Amino acid sequence: MALKLPIYMDYHATTPCDPRVFEAMRPYFTEIFGNAASRNHQFGWEAEEAVETARKQAADLISASPKEIVFTSGATESDNLAIKGVADMYYERGDHIITAVTEHKAVLDSCKKLEKRGFKVTYLPVGSDGLISPDDVKNAITDKTILVTIMMANNEIGVIQPISAIGKVCKEKGVIFHTDATQAIGKIPFNVNDLNVDLASFSGHKIYGPKGVGGLYVRRKNPRVVLVPMMDGGGHERGMRSGTLNVTGIVGLGKACELAKSEMPTENERVFALREKLRKGIMDEIPDVYLNGHLTERLPGNLNMSFAYVEGESLLMGMNDIAVSSGSACTSASLEPSYVLKALGVGEELAHSSIRFGLGRFNTEEEVDYTIGRVNEAVNRLRELSPLWEMVQEGIDLSKVQWAGE
Amino acid sequence: MAYSDKVVDHYNNPRNVGSLDKKDQSVGTGLVGAPECGDVMKLQIKINPETQIIEDAKFKTFGCGSAIASSSLATEWLKGRTVDDALAIKNTAIVKELNLPPVKIHCSVLAEDAIRAAVRDYQNKQAEPKKAEEAAGNA
Repeated sequence: MALKLPIYMDYHATTPCDPRVFEAMRPYFTEIFGNAASRNHQFGWEAEEAVETARKQAADLISASPKEIVFTSGATESDNLAIKGVADMYYERGDHIITAVTEHKAVLDSCKKLEKRGFKVTYLPVGSDGLISPDDVKNAITDKTILVTIMMANNEIGVIQPISAIGKVCKEKGVIFHTDATQAIGKIPFNVNDLNVDLASFSGHKIYGPKGVGGLYVRRKNPRVVLVPMMDGGGHERGMRSGTLNVTGIVGLGKACELAKSEMPTENERVFALREKLRKGIMDEIPDVYLNGHLTERLPGNLNMSFAYVEGESLLMGMNDIAVSSGSACTSASLEPSYVLKALGVGEELAHSSIRFGLGRFNTEEEVDYTIGRVNEAVNRLRELSPLWEMVQEGIDLSKVQWAGE
Repeated sequence: MAYSDKVVDHYNNPRNVGSLDKKDQSVGTGLVGAPECGDVMKLQIKINPETQIIEDAKFKTFGCGSAIASSSLATEWLKGRTVDDALAIKNTAIVKELNLPPVKIHCSVLAEDAIRAAVRDYQNKQAEPKKAEEAAGNA
């Protein structure tokens, strides 16, 4: 098969809708268009039935009960609803929340907003491998702690946190445990009971479903978690999320969950093999490349590496027929390099030199081979252009140089 | 964000990449920026002591495409200029020529800094032997 360019290798950002998902959604735009809340005619019943099928598909993927699934507009909304919903519901019990420095902004900024309202938030550090210690969580819990929110898999470095152990700590202490599982659910096995989670956020478009739809798992038993809604209105989704249901999107999310569940074992094996081929291909051919984050406690499709002496954005430009992303400041509006990499203790210079590869369902071995070649070529070319590379070849220790900002 | 055609051209075909002998009396070297900031530029000029004209200019840059383009353009503009004219190159002219967006203006500023640093290094080199001679004369 001929190689088609550009190559998409940014599956943590988003994924294409699987054609099978799209086909499942198709009738719900124009034919089966009813409002799932219309209880007195066929149009509404059909829509409701479709939503309930999707709810079961989503629940099955995470071994939950369909009644524990709340559909939202996406994982950002789910994170906001979980964190603020718990804070508003349980503030009389306590005012303390525990999270981690490497969380997604949807979690961090929700926590910051609560801090402004008087809540106290502990931001746990991570090790140089990106992992959080369950003991740190245990030690941070006080009698005022009402919520622990720790992501399952990191969106930048792909590391998988010891969620089951953290969940166990929370259970023992009687603290509600939320996990932002946006990058995990649908990608790696996820069982709400084995993992001891009370709340879990997930998204459609990260798992080959459509954008604009996601969900929140809300435990109903042991303990029963109740949330104060953010959206008030018709009382949809057990009163936790009002608003006419996005039936088409929900059908797509459900189908995506079903496919993820049935194909995960074979897909993970294949994606992992591609990831390892890419990792070894790059690391064997190029010197001074560093892997960011734990090697094995990691999503099968994630590869985050720093290419020393080469700036990330210029590297993206040098391989512009491959869509990846960088932790370099230059690729963000803030001019700050990745806070996740900084939290791992990766030096700023190496944070500027980082590239995130996200492999997924539709990547091929040919694409990986091509990518290895392109990365190699671009890194070599940019190192020839790099004064830092030249200085290192001359034996200069860059950490001892007095850098003039002029 | 899409890059301007000129940035892409300088990135794909950078002009005057390389290094001059930094110990040469007629070479001025400017090294500006810092790795932690994601930009380091090394810009060198070789000056004819008789005419004060910049006969050669070379650069190496660690930085984004706009930083590479800014320094590449600077070397193009420097060749054939006198030292005084070199100092007249302003970052705003680089911004204009390369169509840099606001978020990339610092790249052009760094290129201007690199020019100034290279000229200063050259001037210091010229002053030093004189000082050495003066010192010898006074002895």
